[in-house]
Order: sequence, then C-alpha cells, then structure tokens
Amino acid sequence: MASALINVPARAKRGDIIEIKTLMSHIMESGYRHKASGEAVPRDIITSFTCRFNGAEIFRADLFPAIAANPFFSFFTTVTESGKFEFEWIGDKGFSETASASISVE
Amino acid sequence: MHPPSNSTRRQFLGLAGAAAVLGTAPVVTLRPAEATPERLASAIRNVTGGAAVKTGKVKLEVPPLVENGNTVPLTVSVAHPMAPEDHVSSIHVFNEKNPQPNVANFHLGPHAGRAQVSTRIRLTDSQKVVAIAKLSDGSFWSASVDVVVTLAACTEEVI
Repeated sequence: MASALINVPARAKRGDIIEIKTLMSHIMESGYRHKASGEAVPRDIITSFTCRFNGAEIFRADLFPAIAANPFFSFFTTVTESGKFEFEWIGDKGFSETASASISVE
Repeated sequence: MHPPSNSTRRQFLGLAGAAAVLGTAPVVTLRPAEATPERLASAIRNVTGGAAVKTGKVKLEVPPLVENGNTVPLTVSVAHPMAPEDHVSSIHVFNEKNPQPNVANFHLGPHAGRAQVSTRIRLTDSQKVVAIAKLSDGSFWSASVDVVVTLAACTEEVI
C-alpha cells in the first residue's frame, strides 16, 4: 500500500555534505474538500516526518494540509561515519511507515 | 461619460458586460477563504513569540506563475553557516490565503551542513508565501514571494 522512495548516495567521503530525497505515497486529504453530496471529506494527512542517522535525529518536519499529496522532501546532512538512515512518517488514522538506507563513508 | 442615448446596441453590450461580471463573481466566492493576512501574522507570532523578524538571509524559491496549485515546488535556503555555535535551527513556511496559514516547519541542526529544504506544497489562490528561519542565537529572518495561481488546489469536489 504505502510505499516510500528514498534517494541517499551509497558512498561518500568523510565530511561531505550529502542531499537526501524522500517521497512517501499518501493522499494527504486536506479536510477542506467536499463530496458532491456536500459532505466534508475528513482530514487524512501525514503530520510528522523524521530522519535519524545511527539513532540521532538529523531532520524533522511538521506537515500541514498545505503539503501536496505524496509528500516529497529534500534536505542535507554532513556525513562523518558509515551508518544507517532511518525514516519515519506518522499521520492521521494511525498512519505509520518507516524506511531505511545505508551509506558507507570513507 | 455616457450621455443617455437611444442605442440599443450600447445598452445590450452594457447588460452583457454586467452579466459577465456577475457570472464570474460566485466562482471567486466559492474558495474557502479562511486564512487572512491577520491569521498569517498570528501564525508567524506563534513561531517567533513576537520577536522582530528581519528581511534577508533567506532565499525562497517558488515559481512566480503556477499552473497547478495542487503541487507547487518550493525550496528554502538560508545563507548562514551551520556551525555548532551558530546555525539555522528551524525553517517555517506560511501562506496567506489557504484555509490554514501554516505550510510546514522544518527542524534542522548544525550537522545539516547546508540550511536548505525542498518540498511540494498546495496553494488555493494567488497569494504571498512567507519563509522564516530561526537562528541558534534566537534571531528570525524572512523572505516572501508573491505567487500567481491559475488552477487552485482543494476546491474540486470528490466524486
């Protein structure tokens, strides 16, 4: 169902600033739309995105309904050691997804 | 300007023009205009706690003319070093006319290396988009861009 796309370089030099890109498939229903019958469509969005590297938080975003469907983020981090990036998306209606990516640093 | 005349053509055109104006008016009022410049200001105050926000340092990249408001690419970068003792700690994005003034909050740290984030947002109308960066010394810097939107987000009905 829900699926994530993660773009992290597989290897980097110590001290490099790398770009991380993530995309999570999600409708991001704003809660401001109506059905043809006039009934409001309840809000169903991702509210929080977190990226951790070897357990330490390096990036976090609070999302509002103004984030487009299938939330995309690009951000940067300095790498000093090999390790694992862990990504977590949390949202309405109990939505919770994780993904991870490893990097080897020389 | 227009002395009374017997021209039925002129009257007809005048009526047609008025009808055209009236015809478009309901389309404009349909959008859920809840956020206002006042709500934008109050959302910004919630982040800054009333501290002064200076213009500069922040670069907000949004296309000035948006065809589809459902997905608008946005990049915020802050021209500031990312040293442990002096860095950008968060970036906040706001809009003026969506139903809610908040768009996103991004929390960074000195390890980010570069204070730059990109995402895709929704815009329901032509409006101002504001980005505010909070530095580790507690100061706030901002940039704003006026965006023209031709197809609004959020207004279509769900079948």
